[in-house]
Amino acid sequence: MPIIEAKDVTKVYRLGDIDVHALIGVSLTIDRGEFVAIMGPSGSGKSTFMNILGCLDKPSDGEYLLEDIDIGNLDRDKLAAIRNKKIGFVFQGFNLLPRTSAIENVELPLLYDGIPARERREKALEALNKVGLEGRGDHHPNQLSGGQQQRVAIARALVNNAPIILADEPTGNLDTKTSAEIMQLFVKLNTESSITIILVTHENDIAAYSKRIIRFLDGRIISDEKVGRS
Amino acid sequence: MINIPSTLRISFRALRVNKMRSALTMLGIIIGVGAVIAMLAVGTGASKRIAEQISSMGSNLLIILPGATTAGGVRMGAGTQPTLTMADAEAIQRECPAVQDVAPVLNGVAQVIYGHQNWSTGVVGTTPSMLTVRDWPLAAGRPFTEQDIKSATKVCLLGQTVVDNLFGDMDPIGQFIRIKNLPFTVIGVLVPKGQSAQGQDQDDTIYVPVTTAQKKLFGTSFPGMVRIIMVKAKSTENLAPAEKQMNELLRQRHHIGQKQENDFTVRNLTQIMQTAEQSTKVMTLLLGAIASVSLLVGGIGIMNIMLVSVTERTREIGIRMAIGAKTWDIRLQFIIEALTLSLIGGIAGIILGISGSKIISALAGWSTIISPFSILLAFGFSGIVGIFFGFYPAYKASLLDPIDALRYE
Repeated sequence: MPIIEAKDVTKVYRLGDIDVHALIGVSLTIDRGEFVAIMGPSGSGKSTFMNILGCLDKPSDGEYLLEDIDIGNLDRDKLAAIRNKKIGFVFQGFNLLPRTSAIENVELPLLYDGIPARERREKALEALNKVGLEGRGDHHPNQLSGGQQQRVAIARALVNNAPIILADEPTGNLDTKTSAEIMQLFVKLNTESSITIILVTHENDIAAYSKRIIRFLDGRIISDEKVGRS
Repeated sequence: MINIPSTLRISFRALRVNKMRSALTMLGIIIGVGAVIAMLAVGTGASKRIAEQISSMGSNLLIILPGATTAGGVRMGAGTQPTLTMADAEAIQRECPAVQDVAPVLNGVAQVIYGHQNWSTGVVGTTPSMLTVRDWPLAAGRPFTEQDIKSATKVCLLGQTVVDNLFGDMDPIGQFIRIKNLPFTVIGVLVPKGQSAQGQDQDDTIYVPVTTAQKKLFGTSFPGMVRIIMVKAKSTENLAPAEKQMNELLRQRHHIGQKQENDFTVRNLTQIMQTAEQSTKVMTLLLGAIASVSLLVGGIGIMNIMLVSVTERTREIGIRMAIGAKTWDIRLQFIIEALTLSLIGGIAGIILGISGSKIISALAGWSTIISPFSILLAFGFSGIVGIFFGFYPAYKASLLDPIDALRYE
């Protein structure tokens, strides 16, 4: 059952007088519970595609359906609501709020969903436990290691029970050992909670944790293959 | 869904992070609000003092003085020629419909003796209507009667200062005092009135029947002469008609020809004072307006800092948008931040304004009145300033593109 359906998605930017065709007719279906890695060199359109998948951007042409909702027709606030409820973001640079405790960072999506304070706290604690950060809720980002910060970010992505996690080079700033731990956490979330995970990476050994690898080049998909997890 | 308590907490945190900057930004509002309150307090104090003086003088009061300001080409001070009489006063009372009451005055200075005490004071010969004309009730005793006037009895009413100096704590009613060595019975005491607009002690006075003053105290050059006539108009609107009616009547009674000048002068003290009060009010408004400008400048300071803050926190805004903050979530966050700045500044400004007015009172000796209205006005205004100048930065923040904002370094 497809959770994501892209039909002939095109994205054109205007840079000065030149039209840049970042995506040229990309069509793709991702089913619920898949673990997909998106690869490609810079400028291949993978980041643009991720922004569209994440409802941060809209296609210039073509159709993008997320759980059968046509994203192209939504305004800013509706897109914000979709991002809040359906998508958890994990970024390369963690993107936690500075001077804000881990637990308050995790609570943030619930805050914008209008969940009452007590319930927010409970759900945030639960999410922190899930990523292995019991008792670290009061730490501020600058008191946590890179791996721990990324775990906070993952907890934030989980807290609203979003069916999809979009991870943009989540291990880009981490050493090999920590990277492996984070990837195992993604695998666990994928298998145990059947969360759909879409991952952008440059590295083959990170992509190897996924079950399907999609390669982009010059705004097009050049390969889409299922892989066995090693 | 907008969550006010959490948004408030976010705002407080953001302001705490830059304590110095927040404090300096607030300073603009603190000074603005403080200045508005202090200036209004000074202005209101001045107006109130003038209003008090008007009412202590007696409301709707006109004074007729003998002599013109010019006579035969020579400038003369009003009151130089003895031309007013008791008959004039009675005629005004009888024939001027805009006049409520008339009190003729014949006064002088006299030495007053009671027992071993003596005191030099102004003695005013007048009629019972003086008390209504000047809105000056008795604290004790009884006023003169028409009978006292007719038979020129030796009775008197004392001002509080005279009582204090001659009698101390004793009850003066029924006692005899000697004015110019003539014995007078004290029949009443006037309520204290305080200083006049010119700073004179209005309570340093003795009232005696006008006839007694004419016949026994201050001998006059012709019978029935009085020095001035005090007139109370029926209402403020009646002041001008009363003035006109009296002018016509007195010109006729004094046989003054078409082209001749008046041999008397009518002074509208109420009007003079009201003009003064009016100009004080205008000055209050002006002071308030000038002070408001500093509040406005403070508001611009808030806007400036909020714009800096939005730029600095572009990435934070991007994160918030990515995880689901809607347009108004972002806007409210920054508006509440600006509002918090301006309202805390407003409260500090109220404290500054109140203590500032007290200091002005103490140092300059001006009376200042802090009205609750001015506090409410300044506080409300600072809130409006916060919302108004917070809105543009908040609006700017809410229009950021989440992708660009996330990429911002």
